[in-house]
Formats: sequence, C-alpha cells, structure tokens
Amino acid sequence: MTKRADQQRLGSNRLAHVILVIGSLAMMFPFLWQLKLAFSSNAEIQAVPPDLLPKGLEWTNFTEVFERLPFLDQFWVSVAVTLGRTVGQLVLCSMAGYAFARMSFRFKGLMLALILSILMVPSQVYLIPQYQIIQQLGWLNTIQGIIAPGVFSAFGTFLMMQFFKTIPAELEEAARLDGCNPWQTFWKVVLPVAKPGLISLAIITVLASWADLLWPLVVTSSPNEMPLAVGLATLSGYQGSISPGVMMAAALMAMAPILILFVVLQRRVVEGIAFSGLK
Amino acid sequence: MSKSRSVDGKWPWVFVLPTFLGVLAFYLWPLLKTMYDSFTETGPFGGATWVGAANYSQLIGDSEVYRAIVNTVVYTAIVLLGIPIAVLFASLLNRPGLKGAMVYRTLFFLPYVAMPTAISLVWRIIYNGEYGVLNQALGVIGIDGPSWITEEWFALVAVALLGLWMSIGFNMIVLSAGLKGIPSELYEAASLDGAGSAQQFRSITVPLLTPSIFFLSVITTIAGFQLFDQLFALLGPTNPVMPKTQSLVFLFYDAAFVGNERGYAAAVAVLILAVVGLLTLFQFRFQRRWVTYD
Repeated sequence: MTKRADQQRLGSNRLAHVILVIGSLAMMFPFLWQLKLAFSSNAEIQAVPPDLLPKGLEWTNFTEVFERLPFLDQFWVSVAVTLGRTVGQLVLCSMAGYAFARMSFRFKGLMLALILSILMVPSQVYLIPQYQIIQQLGWLNTIQGIIAPGVFSAFGTFLMMQFFKTIPAELEEAARLDGCNPWQTFWKVVLPVAKPGLISLAIITVLASWADLLWPLVVTSSPNEMPLAVGLATLSGYQGSISPGVMMAAALMAMAPILILFVVLQRRVVEGIAFSGLK
Repeated sequence: MSKSRSVDGKWPWVFVLPTFLGVLAFYLWPLLKTMYDSFTETGPFGGATWVGAANYSQLIGDSEVYRAIVNTVVYTAIVLLGIPIAVLFASLLNRPGLKGAMVYRTLFFLPYVAMPTAISLVWRIIYNGEYGVLNQALGVIGIDGPSWITEEWFALVAVALLGLWMSIGFNMIVLSAGLKGIPSELYEAASLDGAGSAQQFRSITVPLLTPSIFFLSVITTIAGFQLFDQLFALLGPTNPVMPKTQSLVFLFYDAAFVGNERGYAAAVAVLILAVVGLLTLFQFRFQRRWVTYD
C-alpha cells in the first residue's frame, strides 16, 4: 500500500474513533451513572444540579439492600433457576438434537415438525395453560415450578441438531465398532466434540434465564421465592420506602454476575449469539 | 444414511422422548388449550363456559386493544432506528487496522447482556422529572423536559429509547457477521476505481448487508410486538399512565393474571400469535424485492 493511502486510512480511522467513542459513551453512561448513584446518599441523588462524581463512597445503600429486601433469597432463586434450566436444556436438547441429526426411527419427521412448529410462537400463547399445569402440580412459588417449562426447548433442540450435522460421523463409527452402545458413543465421543455448540446454548440459556420476567412473575407471589428479575421489577410497590440509592445498589448487584461473566467470556458470548442468531 | 432401524433399536426413543413429551405437555398442548380457551369465559369460581366468538367481538370493540397496537407500532418504529445506527457503528468497527475494536465491541454489547429489569430501574432515575439527569442536561440547552415516565406519549418514547439502547449491541453482532462475509477485493477494486469511503459504504456495504438488515428488521418487529419487560420494569405495573402506554402483552398479562379474564386473555394471545405470524410471512414474501443475496 502506498504511503498516501496509508495516511488517508489513518486519518479516517481517527474519525472512526471519534464516532465510536461517542457511541460507547452513550452505551456506557447508564452503567456509570448507576455506579455513581449506588454510592451516593439520597440527598446527593436528588440534588439539582447533580454532581458528576460522588462526594464519597456511601456503602449504606448496599447494607440496606440486605436489611430491607429479601435480596439474598432472590439471588439464590435466580442461581438455582438459571442452573436448573441450563443444565436441563444442555442434556435434553443435545440428546434430542443428536437423535434427529443421526438416528433413524419411526415418526421422526412428524416429531421434528411438531417440535419445530412452536419455534415462532410467542411465549404468551402458552402462558395460561402452563400456569395451570404448575398450579395443579402444586409447584407455585417453587424453584421447580419456575424451571419446569424452560428445560424443554425447540430452539435448543434445533440448534444442537444443526450443530451435530456439522460433525463428521467417522468418530461415531469407530466408537460403534469398539462396542460402545449409542449412549456411550453420545456421552464419551460426541459430546466432547460438541463443546462449541453446548457453550453457545449454555450462554443463551443463562442470559435468558437470569433476565426472564414474565413466567416467574406469574408463578411466584411471595417475595422470598422470586428470582431477582421479578423482585426488582416489583420494587415499585415498595417505592415509597425504598430509596433510589438502595434501588441502584440492588440493581447493580443483581446484574453484576452476568456482566462479569460476559466480560470474561466476551468472545464466546459474541460467537454464541452470532451462531444461534443466524442459525 | 447407512444406519438402519435395527442398529439403532430402542435407543432413539431414549434420546428423543424426554424432549418430545416435554414439548407436548408444556408447549403443544398449551397452544391448543389457549386456542380453545379463547372461545370460553372463566366463571367466578373457575370453570369455563363456551361463549363462541364473544371474546373476539369484545376484542374488536376494545379501544385498549387498538391503543396497544398503536403503542406497539410507535415503539417498534423507534427501536428500528437502532438498525441504521448499528450499521454505522458496525462498519466503523470492522475497518481494517482499527485499534481497540475488541474494547468497543464489549462496551457496545453491555446493554444487551444487562438484565432488563435491573437496567430499567437505572433509566427510571435518569428519566426522573424532578432530579433526573436527562432533564437536567436538557435544561442546560434551555429545554424544560417533561415528566418522562408519567406522561402518556413521553412514557412510551422513554420505553422505546430504552429498547433502542438495548438493541444496538445485538444488531452489531449480526451485522458484523454480515460484514465479514463481504469479500475485501470488492473494496480494493472500488478504491482503484477511485471510489471514496462514503461511496464504498453506499454501493458495497449497504447492499451486501441487506440480508442481515432484513433479518434484524424481522426480529426487531417481532420483539416489538412482544414488548413487556422494559415496559413493566421502567414504568411500574401500577403506574397510572399504563392504560395509555401498554403493549398487547401487558394487556394479556393484565387480563389473565390481574383481572382473571382467562378467556379474553387467551383471545389476546391468539391475536399476538396472528400478528407475529402475519408479519413474519409478509416480510419473508417481500424480502426479494429489496434484499441482495450474494
């Protein structure tokens, strides 16, 4: 490349940086502001005009979250629900996806068509009957009640099926010749190779379960049995007594695990979402 | 495929049945049940009676339904603006030799992975009419900002701006994948022909990105018709402005689980299903007119 073209490119990359920095600031601002508010006293939060930096570090907002809200209970509900759904989907979707990709059996086409037929259906359409099922099982306000429908996934099954189709079949043939039954082949040979697909599915399920609002909102009513997403969304009921600073501290702690996970696993998350989003 | 039925034996059922039965019980059966329920009315002590199309005629005469549809269209139109914005950022981010691309990518993507209910609370304080930083910033340039989350159209715009902000990171991921598929020879040839950056953007980048743009507009519109989380968390379910700003899904939730009108709620759910289905079909039918594949 000529020197002139190089300089041209450098010059226009400078403009690109300016635009991207402005964009990133717009993306970052609510997080920075939240951080600032979480460490501010109420008087500071409601000050007009506001100070851009906190005067000091006010930790009382954080201690108040634990004293006044069932934050820890809700945190563990969120963890249990997220783990339950993710592990459930990884096991069930990969099993079903594998069978659809590799095995032949009666009604295969029909079963696959029925499962895929719900892919585009909005979740509200199932909600009332799902609620009635959970109610009849006596699972309202329980962790298994929040988890139950979410371990079955047409999307996850489809995703894993597509993934297994890209894996060469020779490994499995070799395992079969070594005397492995289909379960052993699947467990020892196929799953280790399917790691990228499993990671994509896990990332999407973790993000969705941690954030999920409507379903847990419907099947839980007692604050100690709700996941964080519901607890935070229904905070406005307490609004008179819960100050903005405490709200910010609670919101910050609720999203921190996911944000940290994302920053650490950044590339995998982006790949996972691109892979699943584009199908 | 070489594997015959006898080789696989009963094994396929072990693999498939857990998911198939689960989908049957928790998705397919509920789908049919909701359709049936939309023709019934829930009694005061539970139990349902067949009322024919009464719920649907109520739906057609319900001004709240029309308002919810208008709200959804306004919301979706605003969130769709996130696509051109993301095209700009994604194409800048994919410039060869740009330093710090990974850092930018992380920052742009944070809103998408943030928990919607948690980040909505932050926006609620940013939007606050008295001490919110948005109105204070507007005040600096001489604009007296409204009480964003309690005035009807402003509240809807506030929810939509939040949705727009959250959508950009996801849009950029999809668009980046599309950008990587554009052969760099095209740009090199265009430079040799003397085309500048702006012209290359217009005549190479945008046309070759249309499949991604099309995909995003389908996804965004469908998501718009399923608006619930940000609306619920930003405005709060008991907000007096809610009847004027609600979405179809909020209307459904309210009818089913607050008002206990299960039959009517089921009809609203079927309406959402119909709208989403029609939109998907419509967009796929018309994609060929303006999408360049390859």
